[in-house]
Amino acid sequence: MLRLSCPWCGTRDELEFSYGGESHVTRPTLDSDDAQWSDYLFNKENPKGIHYEHWLHKYGCGRWFNVARDTVTHEIHAVYEMGEPKPDLAVKDY
Amino acid sequence: MKGYSFLSLARQALGGHKGWPPAWRSPEPKKNYDVLIIGAGGHGLATAYYLAKKHSVNNIAVLDKGWLGGGNTGRNTQVTRSNYFWPQSAAFFDHSLKLYERLSHELNFNVMLSQRGVLTLAHSVHEMEGFRRWANAIKINDVDAEILTPVEVKKLVPLINLDCRFPVHGGFIQRRGGISRHDAVAWGYARAASALGVDLIQQCEVTGFNIQSGRVTGVNTTGGTIGADRISFAVAGHTSHLAKMAGFRVPVTSMQLQAMVSEPIKPCLDTMLTSSVIHMYVSQSDRGELVLGGGADVYNSYAQRGGIPLLQENVAALLELIPAFSRLRLMRQWAGTTDITPDTTPIMGLTPVQNLYISGGWGTGGYKAIPAGGETMAYTIVNDQPHLLIEDFGLERFRTGRLIDEGAASGVAH
Repeated sequence: MLRLSCPWCGTRDELEFSYGGESHVTRPTLDSDDAQWSDYLFNKENPKGIHYEHWLHKYGCGRWFNVARDTVTHEIHAVYEMGEPKPDLAVKDY
Repeated sequence: MKGYSFLSLARQALGGHKGWPPAWRSPEPKKNYDVLIIGAGGHGLATAYYLAKKHSVNNIAVLDKGWLGGGNTGRNTQVTRSNYFWPQSAAFFDHSLKLYERLSHELNFNVMLSQRGVLTLAHSVHEMEGFRRWANAIKINDVDAEILTPVEVKKLVPLINLDCRFPVHGGFIQRRGGISRHDAVAWGYARAASALGVDLIQQCEVTGFNIQSGRVTGVNTTGGTIGADRISFAVAGHTSHLAKMAGFRVPVTSMQLQAMVSEPIKPCLDTMLTSSVIHMYVSQSDRGELVLGGGADVYNSYAQRGGIPLLQENVAALLELIPAFSRLRLMRQWAGTTDITPDTTPIMGLTPVQNLYISGGWGTGGYKAIPAGGETMAYTIVNDQPHLLIEDFGLERFRTGRLIDEGAASGVAH
């Protein structure tokens, strides 16, 4: 069971949250070609190591926030608000 | 290779089973290969076997960072079926099932295919209507499917509680579907490939690709550099990881799919039972254990272990459907890293790097595709163009928008 710290409500069980996938994805401009658009739409970082991701406190305050989580150990390295820049964490190499 | 037979079994029994030769060779890697396959799981081993058998390629190696068949090939729940909705999927997966039906003979290794049927349950009138459409589509695809009433479901699974929460309204069954033994599939292909001269190299991890002017020429490994004319990777759970090494991105999310087994009991369930509404599937193995699972954990993970919330959900769903199992104990629970694509159809074929081929994105259902996956990838590697059965499964479909949105891929909803 993951234990996530909602920035507004504190630490709760994974069951209260829903997952929103990768953070910091930039939407390409409207004149982008098919390759850029499909890269934006479908391709994922999917790292083995630290993943920057969205979570929603669905059965709590109902607000979105960002989490930096290790995808191998599930260790949570940072929790930060939407719109904040990516924290500068050392790259894990597995 | 000495063939396995009743006679060889009897002869070895007289010798106290001390004279069995190793099932495959474990050679040192050579400097160069014609074809190098990364990942000694079912797909990699099958590809090597068909390359040697059907295309007479005689200088092949299969590398694995761990042990043979130790990834998702040894972690799945052995379901073998072809009840897919879209024509491309049905053609490919039914070809695979047909190869499974002959596989024990082909490999001289008993894969213990048991065509006990795969029964999918519906829990509402609307779902039942959806199932009629699904079953009709399957039949138009020339695959068997049969609609069952609740009475017929009860007859097939006497222990079922039809009046559970979300009552059972019926279902449909693919009678040719069933289960087989996953270790035997890996070992059978490994033994047959080794006998044809394929080098199986375990404990050798690929750490990078050598790419010169857009063409792959070899790999760096923990055992040194190995050159190869053509390289294919089938590394369920690490597809993104290897694609990144080769310099391209793939539409894959890696998630944990867990499964568990109960203590062994007497035979009481002789079909493979699945339901997407209550998110659970269960079968009984030849050893008597109930093998069950359901959905994947919701977040990206490479942990190879499953979370508690999904385990509870799976068990609760099983007990609601078959209350008689409530006093059984779970013996083991584990997970495999599944590479999920946006349309739950695999990614097979060519890559942006010349002479590098991909077989990945198998999601939660790669096991059933092993024979056809190996056969079509062998063709693709030799001819440098996708086999007819997999030409719609290429990476370029995400750019062109020709997705194959295969809801039937997982059998349970994800």
